Amino acid sequence: MHELSIALSIVELAEEEAAERSVRVTAVHLKLGRLSGVVRDALLASYEMAAEGTALAGSRLVIEDIPVLGFCPGCNARRTLEGAVWFVCPVCESPISEIVAGRELEVYALEIRE
Amino acid sequence: MSEPRLVEVRKNVLKQNDLCARDLRRRFRDAGITVVSLVSSPGSGKTAFLEQTLTMLQPRHRVAALVGDLATENDAARLARSQAPVKQIVTGTVCHLDAAMVRAAIDFWLPDRLDFLFIENVGNLVCPSAFDLGEHLRLVLLSVTEGEDKPLKYPTIFNTADVAILTKLDLARAVEFDAPLCERNIHIVLPGMRVLKVSAKSGEGMDAWLEMLSSLRAECRATYSG
Repeated sequence: MHELSIALSIVELAEEEAAERSVRVTAVHLKLGRLSGVVRDALLASYEMAAEGTALAGSRLVIEDIPVLGFCPGCNARRTLEGAVWFVCPVCESPISEIVAGRELEVYALEIRE
Repeated sequence: MSEPRLVEVRKNVLKQNDLCARDLRRRFRDAGITVVSLVSSPGSGKTAFLEQTLTMLQPRHRVAALVGDLATENDAARLARSQAPVKQIVTGTVCHLDAAMVRAAIDFWLPDRLDFLFIENVGNLVCPSAFDLGEHLRLVLLSVTEGEDKPLKYPTIFNTADVAILTKLDLARAVEFDAPLCERNIHIVLPGMRVLKVSAKSGEGMDAWLEMLSSLRAECRATYSG
């Protein structure tokens, strides 16, 4: 259960951005890869707690789930993988050679009011 | 009040442990040390492999090791036979090492002018995967007696390591170890992962491992000075 400390880091990051731009943040948009090791629901539950008493209090955390995207050398193409555990091409069953996306834990946008 | 609008930020969120690991990495860089960590299940041969590695590196390099266990200082005593400085981290009930434990252990202990520091994690194939220790290379060890499908059962530990070391190669024939199958399973959980096969007992494969260590050291030095 490290989601609370991650929620605290997200709030801190958003607070810094908000202070720098002198704006109020109403929502934080996060990209969350399936390989990030972070549990979505636990993070959402922690966020409210983490934001309480800060400039982010009352803001929303909007999570965009990023599936695992791998490169299959058999098909010579990128393939979206069903799970987050076995990296085998869903089409030709070759082991994929590279993980292209799915590890994200990134604040990519803030919804702000000036 | 104006309508809300979206501004792009694109910043990675660092976990608490990552911040500490980042400090450690900076410290290792300043001291010019190459750091390698080892994870595996209990009994896969980490300590034997590490003892052999320390002994083989000693003539040409200054090496030291940290070793984590729930209890006893047995491993530190074994590794000390290599004559290298060794420190035991007794974790009590904690099932993994984290960056803060490494930091506490090296404070006032880390020998001067060190080339390599090895960190042997607690024997556990689950929890250590989540904690960056500031290392440059993470090894996951798997002994030939454990079964070829272990990477499929514990994918995360393989997925978060850099190199897989298949140990106890001297026993491979006795247990009818299927190396190609095991390598295929490793590549299913981490595409392209480098795999080395060694026996700390017979010495087989240890030269290839030492070569890998010297290229790692050369890479580190190049980034440190660059």
